Amino acid sequence: MTDTVMAEDIPAEKFRVIGKNITKMDAISRPSLSYTQDAWRRLKGNRVALVSMIVLVIYILLAVFAPIFCPYDMATQDANAINLGVSAQHWFGTDSLGRDLFVRVWEGARVSLSIGFAAAMINAVIGAIIGCISGYYGGRLDMFIMRLVDVLYGIPSLIVTMLVMMILGRGVKCLIIAMCIVGWIGACRFARGEMLRLKNLDFVSAARVLGVHNRTIIFRHILPNMLGLLITNLTMAVPGAIFSEAFLSFIGLGIAPPNSSWGVLAKEGISMLRSYPMQLFIPSFFICTTMLALNLLGDGLRDAFDPLLRGTD
Amino acid sequence: MDIMNDNILEVKNLSFSFRTYGGTVKAVRDVSFRLRRGEILGIVGESGCGKSVATQCIVKLNPEPPGFFEGGSILYNGEDLLKKSDKQLRKIRGRRIGYIFQDPMTSLNPTMRIGKQVEEIFLGDRTVSAAQARQKALDMFERLGISDPERRLNQYPHELSGGMKQRVMIAIALIGGPDIIIADEPTTSLDVTIEAQILQLLRQMSRETNTSVIIITHDLGVIARLCDRVLVMYGGKILERGTVEDIFYHTAHPYISGLLHSVARLEMDKNQELRPIEGTPPDLFCPPRGCPFAARCEYAMEVCTETPPPVTQLTGEHSTCCWLQDARAPKVDLIYRGGSTNGK
Amino acid sequence: MPPNFFRKSGGIPVVQAILPAEHTLRGNFAMGKYIAKRILISLVTLLVLMTVVFVLVRLMPGGPFVDPKMTPAIKARLEAYYGLDKPIYIQFFQYISNILHGDLGYSMRYMNRSVNDILAASFPFSFDLGIRALVMAISLGIVLGVIAALHRGKTMDYVCIIIAIIGTSVPDFIMGGILQYFFGVKWGLLPVAEYYGFQYTILPSVALGLLTLATVSRVMRSSMLEVVGQDYIKTARSKGLSNFRITTKHEIRNAIIPIITILGPMVASILTGTFVIESIFAIPGMGKYYVDSINANDYTLIMGMTLFYGAVLILANMVVDILYGIVDPRIRVDKKSEA
Repeated sequence: MTDTVMAEDIPAEKFRVIGKNITKMDAISRPSLSYTQDAWRRLKGNRVALVSMIVLVIYILLAVFAPIFCPYDMATQDANAINLGVSAQHWFGTDSLGRDLFVRVWEGARVSLSIGFAAAMINAVIGAIIGCISGYYGGRLDMFIMRLVDVLYGIPSLIVTMLVMMILGRGVKCLIIAMCIVGWIGACRFARGEMLRLKNLDFVSAARVLGVHNRTIIFRHILPNMLGLLITNLTMAVPGAIFSEAFLSFIGLGIAPPNSSWGVLAKEGISMLRSYPMQLFIPSFFICTTMLALNLLGDGLRDAFDPLLRGTD
Repeated sequence: MDIMNDNILEVKNLSFSFRTYGGTVKAVRDVSFRLRRGEILGIVGESGCGKSVATQCIVKLNPEPPGFFEGGSILYNGEDLLKKSDKQLRKIRGRRIGYIFQDPMTSLNPTMRIGKQVEEIFLGDRTVSAAQARQKALDMFERLGISDPERRLNQYPHELSGGMKQRVMIAIALIGGPDIIIADEPTTSLDVTIEAQILQLLRQMSRETNTSVIIITHDLGVIARLCDRVLVMYGGKILERGTVEDIFYHTAHPYISGLLHSVARLEMDKNQELRPIEGTPPDLFCPPRGCPFAARCEYAMEVCTETPPPVTQLTGEHSTCCWLQDARAPKVDLIYRGGSTNGK
Repeated sequence: MPPNFFRKSGGIPVVQAILPAEHTLRGNFAMGKYIAKRILISLVTLLVLMTVVFVLVRLMPGGPFVDPKMTPAIKARLEAYYGLDKPIYIQFFQYISNILHGDLGYSMRYMNRSVNDILAASFPFSFDLGIRALVMAISLGIVLGVIAALHRGKTMDYVCIIIAIIGTSVPDFIMGGILQYFFGVKWGLLPVAEYYGFQYTILPSVALGLLTLATVSRVMRSSMLEVVGQDYIKTARSKGLSNFRITTKHEIRNAIIPIITILGPMVASILTGTFVIESIFAIPGMGKYYVDSINANDYTLIMGMTLFYGAVLILANMVVDILYGIVDPRIRVDKKSEA
C-alpha cells in the first residue's frame, strides 16, 4: 500500500473525530441464499452437468415418443429386410430377423430407463427409511438391523438377484422386484451413516432442548440436510440399475426377446459382431451415453449439494 | 539501536495473498518485524488478521497455488528465505526453524506411530542413527513431562489425549534443536491447567537453549505471562509493536486500548457493563482504503478512512500506526488504568 | 542414560531393539480380537447364504428333474439320492452335511460329471482371468489416481478423468465386444477367443478390469486431494521431509484407506463380470458354465456354483475387512458406527 498523499498535505479538518461507522462494520458483502437456491445456482454453473441433463431429457422424450411415431413395430419381422445398414427407411438399420432397430432401440429405452429409475428409486426409498429409523433411534433396533444388513451385504447381490429371477420368471415387473430384494442395502447403509453424522450435530441437540418431537426433528431438520446427498446417490444408482438389467438380459434372465431392452439389444448385437458390428455399436452408443450423462449429472449434483463448497464460488 | 547480527530473523515488507474464486484475498499486507536471538515475541490479533499466514510464510508453508507472495523478503541469519530453493528450505524446516501447529487433534498423521513421527526429522541426517533418534525422542518426551515415554512412542495419535498430543507437537518442533520456534496458538484447544504447564515449558526451553520463540495467540494473558515483545496485527497489518510493558501500560493505539478495556476482570462491579469492540474484522477481499480498524474505532477521523496512517516511533521498541499521533489530532488517553471503566 | 529409563521399561527395550516396533504384545491382542470377529461374521454370512440358496432353488419352477430324457427309474434314484422324498428339514440337514463334506452333487446336464469336477476344471481359467484383471485395475488405478491428484487441473488429470469416465460408463460386455471388434476382427492384432497364452489374456482382462480401474482411480484421486489439504500434511512439511516421503508415507498411506473399503464390491463386480466376459471370449471358465447352466436349468450345477461364488466373495470381503484393520489403526480399537 503506497501512500500517495504526504502527511503534511492533509488539511486539518480531516482530523475531526467521527467515530465508529456502524453500517459499514457489519456489512455483508454477498447476498444471502438458501441452501437449495445455492445448490441450484451451482448446478446451473456446471456446464457438464447441464449438458448431461439436457441429453437425458432428450433421450426420455425419444423413448416416450419415438415408438409412437415410428411406422414399424418392434416385433414385426421382415424377411426381405435382414441386416440392413442405416438408411432412410430404417434410421438405425435392421437386425438379423428384419426388425427395425430404431424402434427397438427406443422401445428398449423405455424398458431399460423405467426399470433403472424405478429400481433405483424404490431401493433409495426403502433404504432411506430403514437407514434413518435405524440411525436415529439407535439402541437395540439399530444393532439388530445393522447385523442383518452386514450379513446381507456379504451375500453377492447380483447372484441372489439371478436366483430370484429364475424363480419369478422373466419380464419387467419380476426384474424390478428381484433387483429390489437386496438392492436397498447400499442406500440403507448410506442413509444410516448420514443420519448418525447429522444426529450428533449441535442443531439437533438444540431442537431437542427446545422440546421438538422426534418425528419433526427427523423430517424438518435432519432430512432436508440429507436430501441433497440422497438425490445425488439416487442419480448415481440409476446407471447401476440400468447395468444390472442389461447384464441380466444379456445372460438370458431379464427381458425375453422379442421384447426389447438395451440388454437384449446388446446381446443380439454381440452375436452379430463379426459381420454387422453396427447392430452392437448403435444401441451401445445410447447405453453408454445415458450412463455417462447420469454419472456426470450425479457428480454435478454432489458438488452442488456439498455444504463445504457453499459460498466458495 | 540493535546490532545486525543479533537479529536471527528479519521480515521486511512481506505481502502475501490468496487467489480464490471470489477474488484475491490480501491476507498479509506490508508486514515487517525482527526477532532477536533468545527473545520471545508475541503476535496478537483476532481470527483472520493474518498472523498464522504471516508466520507460515517464513518457512513457506502456505499452499502456493492459491497463495502467492506479492513482495518482501525474509532474512534468516542474513539470507533471504524467499530466494531459496525448495531443497534448501527443507534443510531449514524442522531442524533450524520449528513450527507448532494450532490444532493437535488433526495435526498428527493418524496412521503412523508417534515415535516415527517424531524421529522422522532425522531421516535425511546421516549423523544421527535410528537408535540415537529414538533416544533423543525419549529424552524429549521426558523433558516435556510425557509419562511412560516408551509406550507412547509406539502408540497412535488417537490413543492420546489432547494435552498429550500437543506435547508431542512441541516435541516434534523442538527435537531438531532449532534456532527459532514458531508456536501457533499452542494452548487454544487445551484447558487452563495444561496451558500453564505448556507455557512454562516453552519459556524454560527458550531460556535454557537461547531459542527464539514467536508465539501467536489471541489471549492477552498469555502475552503478558510469556513474551518479551509484542506485535499487534489487524486486517493483515501491524498496528502497534513494543515490549509487553509498552503495550499494556503505554498503549498508543485504540485497538489495543479497546482490547484491554474489554477484558472482564474480577475487580469489576457486577453491574458494570462489558465494553466489547463492536463489529467484525474487515473483509480482506477489498481491504479498507485507510486504516483497517477505522470502521470500529471510536476515535476514527475522516483521514483514517481515506489514508493509511504512517508509523510513529514512540520509544526505542515502541511504535504505532495511527493518525492520533499526528499533531493535528485531538489528544486521547488510551491507557487502561484499572478500576471502573466509565472514565475518571 | 537417566536412571529411570531402566526402571520404567524393564527388559522391553531389548526386545524392541530386535523386533520392529509394530509387533508389541498389546497391539497384537487388539488385532487378534478384530480378526476373530471378522471371521465369525463371515461364517454366519456363509450359513445364511447356504440357507438362502437352498430355499431359492427349492422354489424354482418345475423342480430339478423335469428333463424329459430321464427315465422314471433314474428319476426315482436321483430323488432318493437328493432326499427329495424326505421332509424339508431333513433335506436341509442333508444338504448342509453334504456341503461340509465337500459333496456338491452331480451336474444334471453332464450327468457323469460331478459339480466338483466341473469346478476344478474351470476354476483355474476364471481365477487367472480375475486376478489379472484385479491386479491390473488396482495397481494402475492407484497410480493414475495419485498422478491425477498431484497434477490437478493439468493434462494428466484430464487423461485420468477421461479414462475413469469411460470405465464407469461402458458396461464390461459392451467394452468386450468393442475390443473384440477393433483389436480382433478389424485390425487382427490380438486373439479374441479362448485362452491359450498371454496374448489371449489381454483383451478379456482389460474389458473385465476397466470398471474397477476407473473406480479405483476416481476414489484415489479424490481421497488424495482430501488428504493433501489435511493439517498433518502441513506438519509433515514443517519437519522438512522430502517430497517423496511426504507423498508416500503421509499422503498415500492415508489416502489408500477408502480404496480398501471399495475393494469388496470391486471383487464382486469382477467376479460377476467373468460371467459375460467368458461368454463373449469363449473362455472355458466357471462363468461360462454358470451362464450355460442357468439357461439349461441345471439346478445342481447352479446351486453348487452359486455357493462357490458366494464363498469366494465372503472370503474376499473378510480379507478386505482384515486388511482395513491393518492399514487403519483406528479401526482396531473400536468399531462404533460403520457408515
